Order: sequence, then C-alpha cells, then structure tokens
Amino acid sequence: MTTASPARLEVDYAGSERLTMNMGPQHPSAHGVFRAVLTLEGETVVGVDAVIGYLHRCHEKLAETLTYAQYPSIASKTDYVAAMTSEFAYVRAAETIGKIEVPKRAQYLRVMAAELQRVASHLLWLGTWCMDMGGALGGGATIFLYCIRERELILDLFESLVGARLLYGFYQVGGVRYDLPAGWTATCRETVDLIDRRIGEYESMLDDNPFFMARCQGVGVISRELAEDVGISGPLLRGSGVAWDLRRADPYSSYEDFQFLVPVESSGDCFARYGVRMVEFRESLKIVRQVLDGLPEGPVSSRPGLKSVAQTRIPKGEAYARIEGPRGEVGCYLTADGSAKPYRMKWRGASFSNLSVLPHIIPGHKVADVVAIMGSVDPVFGEVDR
Amino acid sequence: MPESLTLLIAPFVVLNAVIGIVTYVTLLERKFAARMQSRIGPYRVGPHGLLQPIADALKLMMKEDIVPAAADRPVYNLAPIVFLLPCMFIFATIPFAPGLGVADLNIGILFFFAISGMEIVGLFMAGWGSNNKYALLSAMRAVNQVISYDLPFIFAALTPVLLAGSLRLSDIAAAQDGLWFVFYPVIGQLAFIAFVLSTVAAENRAPFDILEAESELVAGFRVEYSGMKFALIQLGEYAHILGSSFLGALLFLGAWSGPGPEWLGPGWFLLKAMFMFLLVTWIRWSFVRIRVDQILALSWKALLPATLLLLLATAVVVVWRANGGA
Repeated sequence: MTTASPARLEVDYAGSERLTMNMGPQHPSAHGVFRAVLTLEGETVVGVDAVIGYLHRCHEKLAETLTYAQYPSIASKTDYVAAMTSEFAYVRAAETIGKIEVPKRAQYLRVMAAELQRVASHLLWLGTWCMDMGGALGGGATIFLYCIRERELILDLFESLVGARLLYGFYQVGGVRYDLPAGWTATCRETVDLIDRRIGEYESMLDDNPFFMARCQGVGVISRELAEDVGISGPLLRGSGVAWDLRRADPYSSYEDFQFLVPVESSGDCFARYGVRMVEFRESLKIVRQVLDGLPEGPVSSRPGLKSVAQTRIPKGEAYARIEGPRGEVGCYLTADGSAKPYRMKWRGASFSNLSVLPHIIPGHKVADVVAIMGSVDPVFGEVDR
Repeated sequence: MPESLTLLIAPFVVLNAVIGIVTYVTLLERKFAARMQSRIGPYRVGPHGLLQPIADALKLMMKEDIVPAAADRPVYNLAPIVFLLPCMFIFATIPFAPGLGVADLNIGILFFFAISGMEIVGLFMAGWGSNNKYALLSAMRAVNQVISYDLPFIFAALTPVLLAGSLRLSDIAAAQDGLWFVFYPVIGQLAFIAFVLSTVAAENRAPFDILEAESELVAGFRVEYSGMKFALIQLGEYAHILGSSFLGALLFLGAWSGPGPEWLGPGWFLLKAMFMFLLVTWIRWSFVRIRVDQILALSWKALLPATLLLLLATAVVVVWRANGGA
C-alpha cells in the first residue's frame, strides 16, 4: 500500500484483487508474538503464512548449563500460562533416567498443582478468546475480567504454597519443594467450590448467547483425519473426536487413583473445543477435591534436605517424559551424562504442534474468524518458540 | 428577545451542552461498564473520578499530532471534521422542551435521518485517507454496515411517526401525552426493540463494532489518528450515540413528559435519554462481536423485512382507528 514499496498486484481467476495483510507480530489479538501473513480477497482469507520465532530464548541450550535442581524454575518460563506443567515434564524425565522414587504424597501434590494450573490456564484461555471475539471494548472484556477474577484466586493459592504467582519452581527431582501450609486445604476447598459455581455462570452467559454461538459454531473445523495427520493434542484433538488424554492413556503420578471424565466432542469446530474445555474445568476441580480428600501422609520428597545445587546427579541415560498439559502433550526429552547437568534437552511444546493446524483450517474463513480460530487453538508463544 | 438573536444563541448553547454531556457520558459509560465487570472504574482524578473526562480531554489535546507519511493528506485531515459535523447537526431539530430547541422543522425526523446518514462520508474518508490496510478494510465494512442498518433504523423510527401522524419531532412528543409509544400494544414494543437493535448497529457499537474491531483491525478506520483528530472522531461517535438516545427517548419514551412542574421537562428528557444510552451500553458490554457477513444477514434477512412489515401493520392500525375502529 505504501508508495515506497514496489506494487505487486495479485489477481485471482475471478479477477478480484488480493490484499496481503500482516497480522502481528505486534497485534492486539495475537496471543504473544505471532505473525500471520494473510492473503485476503475482500474479507475472505485465501492464504495464511504463519511466522514464528519472535520469542526464541534458547531454552534448550540454557538447560545444558543449569543443574537438575535449578532448571525446573526456568522450565516454568516455556509455557508461562501453565508454568507448573513444564516443570512437571522436566522432573519426570530426570526421575525416569535416575529411577528415582517419588513418595505418594508428593505425587498427589503434583497432581493437585497440575490440575489447579489447568483450571487457571483454561480461565485465561476463555477470557482472552472471548476478548478476541468480543473486543476489549465489548462483551468479551466482561468475560475476560470475570475469568481473571477467578484466576487470581488460584494464583493466591499458589502464592501461599510456593511464594510465587507466575513462575513457581514447585516441582523438584524426587518430589515437590514444599508441603501444604496450615489452613491451605480449607482455602483450597472454598476456592474450588467458588470456581465451580462461577463456571456455571460463564456457561449460562455464553451457551445461550446467539452472538457467541454464531461466532464459533461451524468455524475452524478440524476433521479427525486432519487432527491425526498434523499431530495436534489436548483439547483440540478431543474436540475433533479422538479420545486421547495422557492422564488416561498413559497414567503418571498416580492419575490412575482418580475418577475423572475425558470429554470428547465430534464436531471439531471452535464450539467443540470450547465444550471440551468447559468440561475439563469441572473435571480438574473434581480431581483437586479427590486429592484433598485422599492426601496420604508422609514426606514430600524422596531426596529431602538437598541444599547444594550439585547434589542431584542423574546417571547416564536418556528418557522422554510426557504429561497432559492444558494445551496438550508437553514432552521433555532428556539426555544425562552422569553429572549434575543434563547433556542435552529437547522440548515438545503442545502449542507448537497445535499451531501447525492453522494453515489447514484458516483459508476460506473471514478475517474475523482468524482471531476466533487462533484463540480457540490457545497457543502460548513462550512454549512455541522456547 | 428578537428572533434573530435566538437563532444565534440557541445553536451555541446546544453545541456546548452537547459537548459537555458527551464528555460526561463517557464517564457514565466507564463507570457502568466497570460495575458490570466487577471493577470500580475511574476513581483517582477528582472525587469518584469526576474529573476524569477533563483529564482525558487535556491529555488528548497535548498529544502529538502524527500524520502518516503515505497518507492522503487533505482527505486525512478533513475526515474528522466531516465526520463530526453531521454528528453535531443531528441535535438541531431535537426539541428539548416545548419550544426549546434550535429549529423545530416540520420535517424534523427526516432531517435527522438525512444528516446522520452522512457520517459515513467522514468514516470512509478517514479509512481511505489513512492509507492503511486495517483502516481500508474497516472503511469497507463501514459502508456495508451503515447502509444496511440505516434502513431498518429509519423504518423502526417511522412507526412512531405513523402513530403520531407528523414528521415534526415536537408533534410526535406531544402525541404521546396520554400513552408513551413504547407502551402502545405490541407495535410499540416491537418497534422499540427494532429501534434499539438498529441504533446499536448504526452507531457501530459492540456487538456490531466491526469497524473498530480492535482484535482484528486494531482500531479500524481511526488506527492512524492521534491527538485532537482522534478526539474529534471520538466526540463525533459519542455525539451520534447521544443524539440517537435523545431520538429514542423522544420517539418512544414520551420525551419531556413526566411528573412534576413543567420546567422539569428537559430534566426528564435527559433522564430518559440516559436510560436509552445505558440500554445500548448494557448490550455493548454483554455480547461478543458478530462477523461482517452475519451482521449483513441479520439486517437484510431479518431486521429489514420485519420493520417493513411492522410499518405496514402500523399503517393498517392507524387507518382502522381513524375510521372509527375500537
């Protein structure tokens, strides 16, 4: 459009002019620094070129310079919206190589933190997604502020447990860092009940809302075949009719002790993904309640009293550990050489794999749908670029 | 007072009153939205944030005025004024009490429609002159939407006109002496709903704010505007909303009629207009935005035929009653 750049006019077969529009890396609806180069015919998107890498911070190289005791705190920064989950994957990989036992109480606490984190992460997703569709100066902002209000409660819980609100470092090789403080259980129960009620409020605000339905039903359909081909995971995959949840398919950290439902929707559109996540809210809260009810006594770490950062040594070997994060499979591939630091580390970010579905589903939609679809994928760019 | 003097003073008073009310309407909206969202809203500037609009206005005046290098300068610079003028002119024919207004034309409501339809010129000039892709897309949407929604807006507003049998706004207000048109059986309520819906859309407010659509088009047609030019566009938008609120209160809520002495009339009118404004605000902060094709479909497939039918039905009722029906 500017006079400085050479005019390159693309015309399709029907004779209409094409417009190339940059969305991002700085854009109000980009969840982080994502750049989508859209090719438009009027309002319709005919092509999308996704550009990532603006938030690359050499996380994997950094892991080689930090000890097993230090890195979990840094691991939180890959997926900063669900910081607990990346720590979880890292310590599980280290424990698998070192064949380190984790006490039952620590396993339960890990599950509880991960599920609370899932609720917090989904709350942020619901808020930002509605803001994408509804605007910061419209009904979307209302939902966003409600969601943030509830997320605050979970962050308060984490703060009294760990001392931090965003990046925790709660997981530790061999267990967890802190036991529950006095009175924490009662606060947690109250919070869980409150959020359970409030989620019902969101559903009544959104499910019967014709404008909301018009924006997400039939938009961004991911077929089951496409979902399996591009390797998406988490709520996206379950929204496309594949019943795959690592907590059920490959239980870890005593997940087999808990009763919960794995929601599956078959339509594969934005509304299906919304439906899956709304059920997951409730199921996560259910798991937290079960943890609080059945929390065994005992130590919270099999390696208590470790003070020096070099005391955790992992024998030579390699392992891949995966957990079900709020956005899907979070995997950590770790190669240990017997020292206190890993030899090599590789992340499998759920958002990274999920993003790869965008170029397949966006063309043919309107510009407004691009942000709705992107929001329903729920990418966190810390995890995409690492 | 000689009439020529009144003609000079009245517009001056109305213009300043409008600007004053618009300034404080923004605060009202922010407070109202904040309460909806379990926030407090502006609170720091003055008691209960009462000086916030003035601080905002001062801030906007002191901002640097940036013109994009590739902008079409005359069009870009003229657009805010072309947009603002019609938004201000719509107040010309609104009587704020019997005999209290700038010009009580015998085609007052027609003047309102004609003038408020002209704001699209300013919108498109802003979108085109900015030479920005987001602004251009927004301008295209603006033309689509404003034209689609002006028709149902006019048809919905014509229902009270038929009931009153006059295009003069003061006559319409006087015709509601016994019964406000919003309480007119069935027809009144349907027309009111259609009027509110098309008002929201014609004002480009959420959920029909696809022109602004900050999650897609950043800020739409005004993305390149800053400082006072931005303030003028903002002022025009709120003036339009306020004007439509006054029109709605006049057409459906009985304008200045209310208990108490006659001099309270303008107060009642303002109160009813604020009710209309808050109704629109309530809608704005409750729904997500809908897509451009859905907005057009809603207008052409639902709202336009419905308001046309309603207009016909009203005409039938009016003729029937005039011929001695119940």
